[in-house]
Amino acid sequence: MDTILKLLKHNARLSSEELSSMTGLSVPEVEQKIKCYEKKGIIMGYSAILNEELIEDDNDVTAYVEVKITPEKNAGYDAIAKTIAQYDEVESVTLMSGAYDLAVTISGTNVRNISLFISQRLSAIEGVLSTATHFILKRYKDKGICIDQDTTDERGFVAP
Amino acid sequence: MIDYQKILTKKVQNIKPSGIRRFFDVAETMEDVISLGVGEPDFATPWSIRNEAINSLKKGRTHYTSNSGLINLRNAISDYTFRKHGVKYCPNDEIIVTVGGSEAIDIAIRSMVDVGDEVLIVEPCFVCYAPLVQMCGGIPITIETKVQDNFKLRASALKEKISDKTKLLILPFPNNPTGAIMTKDDLSEIVEVIRDTNIVVLSDEIYGELTYGRKHCSIIEFDGMKERTVYINGFSKAFAMTGWRLGYLCAPKELSKQMLKLHQYGIMCSPTISQYSAVEALTNCEDDVASMRDEYNIRRRLVVDEFNKMGLTCFNPEGAFYVFPCIKSTGLSSEDFCERLLYHKRVAVVPGDAFGECGNGFIRVSYAYSLKHLQEALKRIREFLEELNEGN
Repeated sequence: MDTILKLLKHNARLSSEELSSMTGLSVPEVEQKIKCYEKKGIIMGYSAILNEELIEDDNDVTAYVEVKITPEKNAGYDAIAKTIAQYDEVESVTLMSGAYDLAVTISGTNVRNISLFISQRLSAIEGVLSTATHFILKRYKDKGICIDQDTTDERGFVAP
Repeated sequence: MIDYQKILTKKVQNIKPSGIRRFFDVAETMEDVISLGVGEPDFATPWSIRNEAINSLKKGRTHYTSNSGLINLRNAISDYTFRKHGVKYCPNDEIIVTVGGSEAIDIAIRSMVDVGDEVLIVEPCFVCYAPLVQMCGGIPITIETKVQDNFKLRASALKEKISDKTKLLILPFPNNPTGAIMTKDDLSEIVEVIRDTNIVVLSDEIYGELTYGRKHCSIIEFDGMKERTVYINGFSKAFAMTGWRLGYLCAPKELSKQMLKLHQYGIMCSPTISQYSAVEALTNCEDDVASMRDEYNIRRRLVVDEFNKMGLTCFNPEGAFYVFPCIKSTGLSSEDFCERLLYHKRVAVVPGDAFGECGNGFIRVSYAYSLKHLQEALKRIREFLEELNEGN
């Protein structure tokens, strides 16, 4: 992966000047590259990585749902996956190898909302054979960042 | 009452305490200090190496190894020097596994330096060489390197210091604290001077895996140099294994046979668990080293660029994980600069003269820290300079 993408993936707030220093490219070169990534859709947006447990007024619940589907003629899995992806409640949809077909993450304000969504909307989509729902209890690592980790530097201040 | 001064040797009492230590003591008492002072990787040792240690413990590999180290490890070291430098050392009698590169330096110096022998030390450099030479009654002779030469050793400077008492040249590249490297061309000049003498080179290449933009070249790669070089390397910097205390030396068997006696009586053998893990490091961890090197390189570019923008000119260091910016424009000595920076902005960096007098006017800044940490520290240094300018 290009260094610029790697750096932005970890910290999207780096300025063009900083990226220029870090990569050895000029500022216009960095900006050109980013523009190009945005245009191609490689960079789809910039978001913060939140530790939602620490947000007091946020009680959102997230569920991870294993979905089995019947692939459609001509469209395969894509058509159903895209249909599922259109719902606002759905955060991510991924096609999987193995025991089930789609991994869907859903978030809602409470367990009841999610249950209703799954039983009345998701399961009702034509081609969906079955669902298995797992509620997320706690996150330990997200987007490559360890949550709540002890980050003390054991190395002391000065060493030769 | 006991008179300890009469007990302790003159030699040990005459050794100056490390200049770095003093800073450490001050910084330790302060809160909110952000340090750029540490000379060791911030990365944890790659997982497969750690896992190998766990397996070794599970298997009960908790005994001594042979004095010179596990044969599997010596084989791996032999393959490594061949792979990297095209030079083959015999695992049976030319390789000793030591407690860090430090022990290798120690036993090499103690095996070769007699009272009155002169040892050429290229400065600025790591702090241990001169004291170890002094403990043998040898005379450390400094060869100063200069910023206009990118802190490389030049043949002319070397020639000037060679006398009929010269026994050893200590060649510490890639260099701590400057980050300087010696390219093939730079070394060939030195080889021309050394090859027809009876001087041995102690080549401390502990940072050999950490060069940026070009591959590290060792002096052993030159014709006729293997026989007159003690090659020292280790696992601390390349594999982020400082706490495992493991290094090694490769030398002609006439030398290593004698050095092994010191290792045998002083140490017995290097830590067994570390040795088993080191085999994994040398055989399967090239990718881990490469990804750490890439990360250091990003930080290196950032830090060099930022110092230059601040007006503290910084030559482009192509090795290790240090930058060595010049602070002469502030009118302060290295020590004053570091002390004020520590008290005013709570940033710890090391004065350049802790690594030899010619380091005065410079500071050593380690970039073995996360980008976030580096950015905060650089911000504080920038503020410090602005305030310094306003004060003037």
